[in-house]
Amino acid sequence: MFIRSQHGLAHKHVGSLHAPDAEMAINNARDVYTRRNEGVSIWVVKASDIVASSPGDKAPLFEPANSKVYRHPTFFPMPKEVKNM
Amino acid sequence: MSMYAQLVETGVNQLQSRAEMSAEERAFQERVDAGIKIEPKDWMPEDYRKTLIRQISQHAHSEIVGQLPEGNWITRAPTLKRKTILLSKVQDEAGHGLYLYGAAETLGVTRDQLYADLLSGKVKYSSIFNYPTLTWADIGAIGWLVDGAAIMNQIPLCRCSYGPYSRAMIRICKEEAFHMRQGYDIMIALCRDGTPEQKALAQDALNRWWWPSLMMFGPPDAESVHSAQSAQWKIKLFSNDELRQKFIDQTIPQAEYLGIRVPDPELKWNEESGHYDFGKIDWDEFWNVVKGNGPCNRERLRARVQAWEDGAWFREALVAHAEKQSQREAEATKAA
Ligand SMILES: [Fe+2]
Ligand SMILES: [Fe+2]
Ligand SMILES: [Fe+2]
Repeated sequence: MFIRSQHGLAHKHVGSLHAPDAEMAINNARDVYTRRNEGVSIWVVKASDIVASSPGDKAPLFEPANSKVYRHPTFFPMPKEVKNM
Repeated sequence: MSMYAQLVETGVNQLQSRAEMSAEERAFQERVDAGIKIEPKDWMPEDYRKTLIRQISQHAHSEIVGQLPEGNWITRAPTLKRKTILLSKVQDEAGHGLYLYGAAETLGVTRDQLYADLLSGKVKYSSIFNYPTLTWADIGAIGWLVDGAAIMNQIPLCRCSYGPYSRAMIRICKEEAFHMRQGYDIMIALCRDGTPEQKALAQDALNRWWWPSLMMFGPPDAESVHSAQSAQWKIKLFSNDELRQKFIDQTIPQAEYLGIRVPDPELKWNEESGHYDFGKIDWDEFWNVVKGNGPCNRERLRARVQAWEDGAWFREALVAHAEKQSQREAEATKAA
């Protein structure tokens, strides 16, 4: 279940449930996850259709970014005299 | 264990030292110690996985069975306002059960399996739900004391080491605050705004629910053999006795405001310790209820089994309908 909590925000994973089909899944999600106006839109996705990276792949996937500190604006020292950059 | 999962086996009788752990176990424990959440696909010790399944499923079962004592009063609530509030509360408890079954399923079990274990009596739910709700004041006492005790236990679990469990607990805790307040609001209506007869009902409810509420936190620490392992795994963050004391300290001033007294002649504020001293809990009663001999054990399980059986045709119809729909769609695509 993915819920968009407010207009302008992305859908966010909130949990899972059982349902025989998509229509019932939406109905159940409404009852289980939005009893207090938590959402303005619901996505349901079959768990079996989700492809996930495995924790073992963490290093090859994410380590390359570690050395690329220059991708952050804070990498570049700015002279005090220069404002608004 | 404590609370909604009062007695959780860890399969471990002695803590392993770091030296005895395998490399995987050590890496796992270091992540837990560092406060990094364990997620479903991460490596975890088999005993951690099994203990979590037991703990989360006992908790889920408690939420589901916990609907029964209060459901008993939905049709007899004194006003339409109280009735709609109670309906929402009981519906929340069903939701709590579902969040928790969902969290347990990430550990490689199915909800149907877990549910079958509840219906067969193999896996327990909290002892508190085996007591009857005799008057409307019991609904106030349950929200105030039972949900209040649940919050005390469950807020720390929001920080537990297993990601899906911790996220389920965060949702649950937000909703439990409403449960406790609506209960206390019923007690205020009876005690402060009510007739002497109504206040007497509230006192009677407190008399019956006080000790069972204290038992919710589970056996005394000295007898809780599995706590050390659960603490190391960060799926139990405070001891049974610590939480029980905290609950008593919090609740007594609330009872005083209502003008009713807990049924404990030994209860006394202890200036030195900064806590209330309290009388002996009847642990024989607790074990008796856990073993199945409480006032409502049989009735509760019978109601769950009947609900499951009565719902069979509906579950089958939903699946049949879904199959027919997808068949029709497939035929329509072929024809196009
Ligand atoms: Fe609860
Ligand atoms: Fe609950
Ligand atoms: Fe509750």
